Amino acid sequence: MILQQLIILGKASRAWLERLGRAYILFAYMVWGIPSIFRRFHLFIQQVYFLGVFSFLLILIAGFFVGMVMGFQGYHTLAKFGAESSLGVVVALSIVRELGPVITALLFAGRAGSALTAEIGLMKVTEQLASMEMMAVDPVKQVLVPRLLAGIFVLPLLAAIFSAVGILGGEFVGVAVLGVDSGAYWSQMQSSVDIYNDILNGIVKSIFFGLITTWIAVFEGYDTVPTSEGVSRATTRTVVYSALSVLALDFILTALMFGEH
Amino acid sequence: MNDSNTSLISIKDLVFHRGEQIIFDGTNIEIPKGKITAIMGPSGTGKTTLLRLLGGQLPPLSGSIHIDGQDVGRFSRKQWYLLRRRMGMLFQSGALLTDMNVFDNVAFPLRENTALNERMIRHLVLMKLQAVGLRGARTLMPAELSGGMARRVALARAIALDPMMIMYDEPFTGQDPISMGVLVKLIRSLNDTLHLTSIIVSHDIHETLAIADYIYILSQGKVVGEGTPENLQKNPSQWVQQFIHGMPDGPVHFDYPAVEYYQDVFSFEKTP
Repeated sequence: MILQQLIILGKASRAWLERLGRAYILFAYMVWGIPSIFRRFHLFIQQVYFLGVFSFLLILIAGFFVGMVMGFQGYHTLAKFGAESSLGVVVALSIVRELGPVITALLFAGRAGSALTAEIGLMKVTEQLASMEMMAVDPVKQVLVPRLLAGIFVLPLLAAIFSAVGILGGEFVGVAVLGVDSGAYWSQMQSSVDIYNDILNGIVKSIFFGLITTWIAVFEGYDTVPTSEGVSRATTRTVVYSALSVLALDFILTALMFGEH
Repeated sequence: MNDSNTSLISIKDLVFHRGEQIIFDGTNIEIPKGKITAIMGPSGTGKTTLLRLLGGQLPPLSGSIHIDGQDVGRFSRKQWYLLRRRMGMLFQSGALLTDMNVFDNVAFPLRENTALNERMIRHLVLMKLQAVGLRGARTLMPAELSGGMARRVALARAIALDPMMIMYDEPFTGQDPISMGVLVKLIRSLNDTLHLTSIIVSHDIHETLAIADYIYILSQGKVVGEGTPENLQKNPSQWVQQFIHGMPDGPVHFDYPAVEYYQDVFSFEKTP
């Protein structure tokens, strides 16, 4: 009985490791195929449009709400110490360093990552990827590489927009609703937020998040079992794996960036 | 069919397994140049798998495949891509790229594989679309086409690079009589006018017998019958006769293996 359980566990782990191996091989192959993007630059632009512009409104609305919530929460905590004027710093640092890149990546995985997996998975189901191969066109270079690069390019931009709108949301609640001094909100932020330590680190994080979420999305689509059930499972896996990877990677990157005493 | 001088493709002792299942078990097939060769057999005998092996999308477990005199067994990815420029394939669903219209679909292999200018590409695409009778449909999107039209567009795309051979995966499945007639006529006329070698994978007996020059019938990983359509009609094998005449019972049984009917019905065990 126990032996049987062990066999099942062993088989499952091996299958999982094999998938992980395939994901790395695909990644290496995509990296090798990056120079091909210069021949197909229009595909990259097209994907920037699909992944970026179509996620824009979602990021805008989410950023504003998160900023407003930060405004309320920050104000009430700071007011206990009479430090309401530091609200700008609290809102800006938490959004630029953490919430901006992380929430944008989670929303991006749900909005764009799932769409990528479903699109590539359905291309596999309808034999479009196989037909490209038979027309002597490499589907990895034609379909996957432009999407991967677009994801890496778009996510930092979306995160920057999220952060900017979030800070405005914080200002709306803090200054217009709760009465924090507008000059203090902006000037304290200006003096405390550092371009390298805070903003650049946030951008570096979102580049990594863009890479991991798009990589997972294109791999899951490309590796899908070509049935409708397979595509549905792959889409779910994209969202779940992306979310977990983003949170785990955020911990590692934060520890590396801000871990020193 | 053992004359390798006139063969475009020569498959020897091909073995291929999918998991535990044996798909090909020492199969030998010769595809003659300039002719239409049909590969037939019941569903699940690996007909489509054979096309994938010929297109380099699956590697054989053992045995050799020669295409146009080259042993493709040790081909690198790059060599496969070069060879595929000389192969056309018509997929069962058509497999048109859904984000492009008919014109761009046919232009796609030309734009990707050649350095021709747009003017030349336009000429070529219109020629290919004219050949399949769909020049007037060039602005339609794949979703606006009927199944038969989609297959004809896919056929125009498959011949876009003027290949030496073309592979058809179940070209007649799910077609109305008119589309079927159009496809039969197109496959024959394209093969003869463009001096192609055609391989048709199908289980539609009537159409395939009408069009093919030579037929192989596969079952359980082996060739169970081969010959010209006339010879095959006279083949003494009961299996071949059952397949060709579509008889419900014969060497391939109607009933799935089970215990005796009487015993099964009157047994009191609560099994499904």
